[in-house]
Amino acid sequence: MDKETKEVLLGPIHFQNPITLHVLGICSALAVTTKLETALVMSAALTFVLVGSNVVISLLRNKIPGSIRVITQLAIIASLVIVADQVMKAYLFGVSKQLSVFVGLIITNCIVMGRAEAFAMANPPFKSFLDGLGNSMGYAAILIIVAGLRELLGSGKLLGYELMPTITNGGWYNPNGLMVLSPGAFFIIGLIIWVQRSASKGLQEESN
Amino acid sequence: MDFSNRYIVGFALALCLVCSLAVSSTAVALKDRQEANKKLDMQTQILRVAGLLEADASPTAEEAEAMFADVETLLIDTKTGDVIGPAEDIDPGPVIKAAKNSSVSTETTSTFAKGARLGRIPNELKVMKITSPGNECYVFLIWGNGLWSTMYGYIALEPDLQTVKGITFYEHGETPGLGGEIDNPRWKERWNGKLVYNSAGEPALNVTKGGMAKDANHDVDGISGATITSVAVGYTVQTWLGEEGFGAFIKKEAK
Amino acid sequence: MELLNLFLKSLFIENMALAFFLGMCSFLAVSKKVDTALGLGVAVVFVLAITTPLNNLIHKYLLQKGALVWLLGEDALTIDLSFLNFIAFIATIAAAVQIVEMAIDKYSPALYGALGVFLPLIAVNCAILGGSLLMVQREYNTVESTVFGVGAGVGFALAIVALAAIREKMKYSNVPGGLRGLGITFITTGLMAMGFTIFGGIQL
Repeated sequence: MDKETKEVLLGPIHFQNPITLHVLGICSALAVTTKLETALVMSAALTFVLVGSNVVISLLRNKIPGSIRVITQLAIIASLVIVADQVMKAYLFGVSKQLSVFVGLIITNCIVMGRAEAFAMANPPFKSFLDGLGNSMGYAAILIIVAGLRELLGSGKLLGYELMPTITNGGWYNPNGLMVLSPGAFFIIGLIIWVQRSASKGLQEESN
Repeated sequence: MDFSNRYIVGFALALCLVCSLAVSSTAVALKDRQEANKKLDMQTQILRVAGLLEADASPTAEEAEAMFADVETLLIDTKTGDVIGPAEDIDPGPVIKAAKNSSVSTETTSTFAKGARLGRIPNELKVMKITSPGNECYVFLIWGNGLWSTMYGYIALEPDLQTVKGITFYEHGETPGLGGEIDNPRWKERWNGKLVYNSAGEPALNVTKGGMAKDANHDVDGISGATITSVAVGYTVQTWLGEEGFGAFIKKEAK
Repeated sequence: MELLNLFLKSLFIENMALAFFLGMCSFLAVSKKVDTALGLGVAVVFVLAITTPLNNLIHKYLLQKGALVWLLGEDALTIDLSFLNFIAFIATIAAAVQIVEMAIDKYSPALYGALGVFLPLIAVNCAILGGSLLMVQREYNTVESTVFGVGAGVGFALAIVALAAIREKMKYSNVPGGLRGLGITFITTGLMAMGFTIFGGIQL
C-alpha cells in the first residue's frame, strides 16, 4: 500500500475521524448505541451506503450536471438506504425493529452527503471506494467504543451476554442508569474526544 | 462543465428510472420474506406469553405455524362480550388503529383508563384462545401509557379466566434499566398465579410501589425506581380486564 | 387538550435534539453564537411545520397500504408503496426548502437575510426527515402532525439557543486543552439532556 492510499483509508480512523473531528453523523452515533448489536448493524448499513454512494457518485462525477447535483446525490443515497432497509427487514428483523427510524436517517447522515460532496465528486472510483471504507471504519470505531461502554456499564452485558450479573437478576453489579439514558452518550463521546485530543495535541482547538 | 437543458432533463429522468427500478425490485423481491418475518414475530409473542414457548426461544416459521393450529382467534363485541366470529388474523395493528377512530371505538370513563391514559377502546377486539392440551389459556392484547411511551403487550389468563398465566410487552420506550425492566423475565414472573378479580368480580389486580405488595393474591410488587411505569402497567391491565375491555367477554366465557 | 399535550410532549419530553439526538450536526456546529443559533432555530420551526403535514398527506394519499383507493378504485387496496417513504420524504423536504427559500427571497428580503444561509443546510438536517419518519411511525393524522411538527421545531430552537447562550459564556472559562471546543460542547449538551429528563412523565 503506498502512502497516499494508506492516508485515504486509515486517516479517517484517528486524525480525520468523521465523528470526533468533523462533527458529522452524530445523530445516529448517539441514538443507536445503547446496545453493541444495534451499533454493529448500523455500522454495517452505513458502510454499505457510504461505499456504494461514494463509488456510484464517483463514477458519475463528470456526468452529473451541477445544477441538480445535490438532488442527484440525495436520490442515489436514498435508493441505497431503501435497499439496505429492505434487506434488513427481510433478514435481520429483530435488529431492524430496534433501529426503527434511524436506518432511514442514514439518508441525512452528514457523513454520506459530506463525503459525496467533498471527495467522490473530485476523485476516481477506487480512491472514493477507499475513502468510503475508511470513513465507515472511523464511524464504526467510535460507535463500537461508545456502544460497548454503554452496554457494559449500563446493563452489565456485551452483545446480550451477561458479563457482570446485575442486582435485578440476582448478581452483584448495580447498573449505571445514566449510561443507557441519552446524556450518557454525550458524556462518553466528550470523554473520547478528550482522550483522543490529549494523545494527539495537534488536534486541539484554540478556543471554546 | 456546461450541460444543455435537454441533457439535464434526460439525466434526471434516467436517474429516476434506474433508482426506481433498483428500489422497486428489491422491495418486491423481499416482500414475502418481510411479511413472513412480521407474522412470525407476532406469533412468537403470543406463543411465549401463552407458555407454549420458552421466553427466549425463537421458532422457525413452520414450527410457529404448527403450534398455531391450536390457536383460535376470536373477534368479540366489546360491550356485550359476544363472539362475533373468527378474526381474520392476529395482527394487533388494525385493533390499535380502531381505537383512534371515534366511529368504531368508545370513550373510556373509568379511573383505571385514566391512569393508563387510554382515551378510547375499540368496539371489536380480538381474543386468542389456545386449545393446545395441557396449555389451555386465553391471550389478550393490552396497551397503555407508561412514563415515556405507549406499552404494547399481551396478558394470558388460565382457562378459569381468573388467574394470570403470563404477561409480556413487545413494544415500549420506557427507560432502559428502570421502567424498561417490565421486559425482565424476573419481574414478569411475579405476575404468574395472581388473581385478576376479587370475590365481587371487580378487577382487583394491583401493582404497588416496589416492595409494598401486601395481598399475595392480588398485589404485584412494582419495580423499584420505576413506580410510574409499574403503576401504569397495573392500570393498563385493570382497564383491559375490566368492564371497558374484555370484562364482558370474560364474564360470559367463564360461565 | 390532547393536541396541547402532544405539543408540550414534542417540545419538552421528546425534545428532538436532547432526547432523540436529531439534527445534532447542525446543533453542535451552529451553536457558537446566540444570533445564528436563533436563525437556524426559526428556520427549523418553519420547515418542520411545513414538511411534516405535507409528508403526512403524501403518505396518507399516495404511499400507505391501500392509499391509492381514492384514485384507482378498490383494486388498489393491496398496493403498498410505503417503501418509497424515504425517497418521497427527502424529495419533498428538498423541494419545500427550495420553494420556501425562493418565496422568502421574493417577499421578505429582511427575513431572507436572516434565514437564507440556513435553509439549504436544513434540507439535510436529520431533525426534519426524522420528524416525518416519526410521524409515520406514530400514525399521526394531519392535524396532529402539524402540531407535532411545530412542537418539535420549537423544541429544537429552544435547545440550540440555550446551548449557544451557554457556549457564549463558556468562552471565558479555562477548559483543558483536549476538551476545548467540541469536547466540552458534548459534555454541556449531555448535562442539558439530563436536565430535560425531568420533564418525563409530565402530562396534562
